[in-house]
Amino acid sequence: MAAIDTPTPPVTAPGHSWTDTLHDWVTTCDHKKLGVMYVCSGLFFFCVAGLEAAAMRYQLLFAGNDAIGPETFNRLFTMHGTTMVFLVGMPIITGFGNYFLPLMIGARDMAYPRLNAWGFWMFFFGAFLFYFSFLGADGLYGAGTAPDVGWFAYAPLTGKAFSRGNSTDYWILGILISGFGSLSGAINMLGTVISLRCRGMTFGRMPLFVWMMSVVSFLILIALTPLAAAQVMLLFDRFLGAHFFDTQAGGDAVLWQHFFWFFGHPEVYILIIPGFAYASEIIPVFSRKVIFGYPVMVAATISIGVLSVGVWAHHMFAVGMQRELNIYFAAITMLVGVPTGIKIFNWIGTMYGGKIRFQTPMLFCTAFVFQFVLAGLTGIMLAATPFDWQLTDTYFVVAHFHYVLIGGLIFTIFGACYYWFPKVSGKMLDETLGKWHFWLFVIGFQLTFTTMHVQGLLGMPRRIYTYPSDRSWEIWNQITSAGVLFQAAGVLVFFYAIARALHSGRPAGPDPWDAWTLEWSTSSPPPDYNFAEAPEVHSRRPLWDAKHPEDPDWKHE
Amino acid sequence: MSDATLPRQLDDGRRVDRGRAGMACLILTESAFFAIFVVAYLFYIGKSVTGPQPVDVLDFPVVGTVALLSSSGTIMFAVRALRRGEIARFIASFLVTITLGVVFLVSTAMEWNRLIFEDGLTIGTNLFGTTFYSLVGFHAAHVCIGILLMSGIWSMTLLGHVKSRHAEKVELVSWYWHFVDAVWLVVLTSVYIVGL
Repeated sequence: MAAIDTPTPPVTAPGHSWTDTLHDWVTTCDHKKLGVMYVCSGLFFFCVAGLEAAAMRYQLLFAGNDAIGPETFNRLFTMHGTTMVFLVGMPIITGFGNYFLPLMIGARDMAYPRLNAWGFWMFFFGAFLFYFSFLGADGLYGAGTAPDVGWFAYAPLTGKAFSRGNSTDYWILGILISGFGSLSGAINMLGTVISLRCRGMTFGRMPLFVWMMSVVSFLILIALTPLAAAQVMLLFDRFLGAHFFDTQAGGDAVLWQHFFWFFGHPEVYILIIPGFAYASEIIPVFSRKVIFGYPVMVAATISIGVLSVGVWAHHMFAVGMQRELNIYFAAITMLVGVPTGIKIFNWIGTMYGGKIRFQTPMLFCTAFVFQFVLAGLTGIMLAATPFDWQLTDTYFVVAHFHYVLIGGLIFTIFGACYYWFPKVSGKMLDETLGKWHFWLFVIGFQLTFTTMHVQGLLGMPRRIYTYPSDRSWEIWNQITSAGVLFQAAGVLVFFYAIARALHSGRPAGPDPWDAWTLEWSTSSPPPDYNFAEAPEVHSRRPLWDAKHPEDPDWKHE
Repeated sequence: MSDATLPRQLDDGRRVDRGRAGMACLILTESAFFAIFVVAYLFYIGKSVTGPQPVDVLDFPVVGTVALLSSSGTIMFAVRALRRGEIARFIASFLVTITLGVVFLVSTAMEWNRLIFEDGLTIGTNLFGTTFYSLVGFHAAHVCIGILLMSGIWSMTLLGHVKSRHAEKVELVSWYWHFVDAVWLVVLTSVYIVGL
């Protein structure tokens, strides 16, 4: 094991102005800079989508409120959902993968750096195009600005007859183009894992982060292009007069649902498995134990990946499928609970008996484990077809998937930010501010999304812009909306903590958490070439081996 | 830590070439793209509410199919020749491959010309037209990309820039070409055998 790399003195030409810095970032093919740009864009859109959600919660604060009209409300939930999935989740997971996957397997860059840069800029301008709809989609038609067809854009609502103007076209093209970022990221990550592992980094020694991102990349490859294909069909319908989803000409609106959810359900796992990946790195380090059941974790991840492509129609129980299909999709969906449950037990098994350090990254991951169990339980409930018939398209479903994606993914993303920020910037984030962020966000999250279950059980449908006062929904909506303030405060603390750390943070050093994977063996931030000498590993915890030559891991694996 | 304490490294550090890995991933994701169009075609067979129906207008594309399938053989010869450093043979068999690809495109173009101007079938006529032109069209677009890639390599070879050490890269293009061929087999089966 090579000693910790000393940071290289920055090669700064005299008169290194801000235009030179800008030029550096715009023209870079470096996986670390691209990773940072992906995550920063994702956090930016997280704020945008959060503001959209806040506007919706303001509208729902009182029964019969008319602060925001129904048309605007439709645009807000469409933009919020599409943004959170495609412009927040996807870039952030691609960004973390980009930055840390090569470092963890001892590589100097991703396998295809230029493809990587191309992918980022496609994502960036695709996202820009999508948001340009606010200005551009009105066009000559005067038919409305931003897309308003919901994030899954069901046919025939998206047909020319029902969606005039160009708002749906912005939805199609913006997402289609930004999808190239995810695709090139996935090809890059798989190529890197296959081709650029350092000596000794066999598949059985790869960190779980790398394993899980490989499964995610595979899922992106087989799920994202079907969405692209369906979107191209929709474009053909809208511009060339084709009839794919045109019921007047014999086309089938339900086919769009099948195509969309064939992408849409694997997409849920594409978003949550990276959350598992961050938790699987953070929980062992802060429990001071090796991950419990490494091979089982790998097997569980792969089986989640396999099962995830066979469950899509559980989003469509209410559409009236054959009884046999309902039974099949319900059974396979419940089966997903098995490998997911295995993972939960493995994380708890890792914590059990460990010397747990409840620093901010660990706090977020602990909350994640609890919240994800609840999200999984409501998922199993919704997998039972009759239960789903009762509660489909109510706030219970909204509560379920926000528990997964906020309580699961966003919590682990925050944990990952606190865990890896020292590596990326060389500065520590403040622990006190981190705890403020955590507690504010947990309280806000619980207020908002736990109460949503109740509204759903009381029968409040999703996507309604207002409601009558005699349904006893008002108080629950007010609690839900109140939670937004706490979440927003938590996020503000987070950005303040980042600004303060960048300005005057405590230097982190190469390995502030006493961790075990290869990214902590190089300086913080890592030099352009990552490792001066290609590392060679002998176990799953190469840094443990280096720090404890008297009792290295390879004697026990 | 001295190296003597370390266990013998069983992993020699040799890895699959990154070009191969990347092309395999690209082919995987492209297959998923085509799969959706194939499913749409199969799903809509016989569901057009107006004519023309496939049986009325489609003929089995013998010339195009023979040309495209045999081009998979010639590109294999070409790559083998390049690996051995036989540049003249490579140029010749690569040219044959490109020509066979063009023959396929011409046969598709003639078919479409007939369908559009004689049978009046366009993408907007009925569900058959919608699914037929999009599936066959996306395949033909991939044939075009393959021909462009191969023509680029072929011109560079004439200019003397391609040597036997580039055989690995040219082989990746041949993988792509084989993939385009395999997609044609699926399209052929769905459109001209199952769908008739």
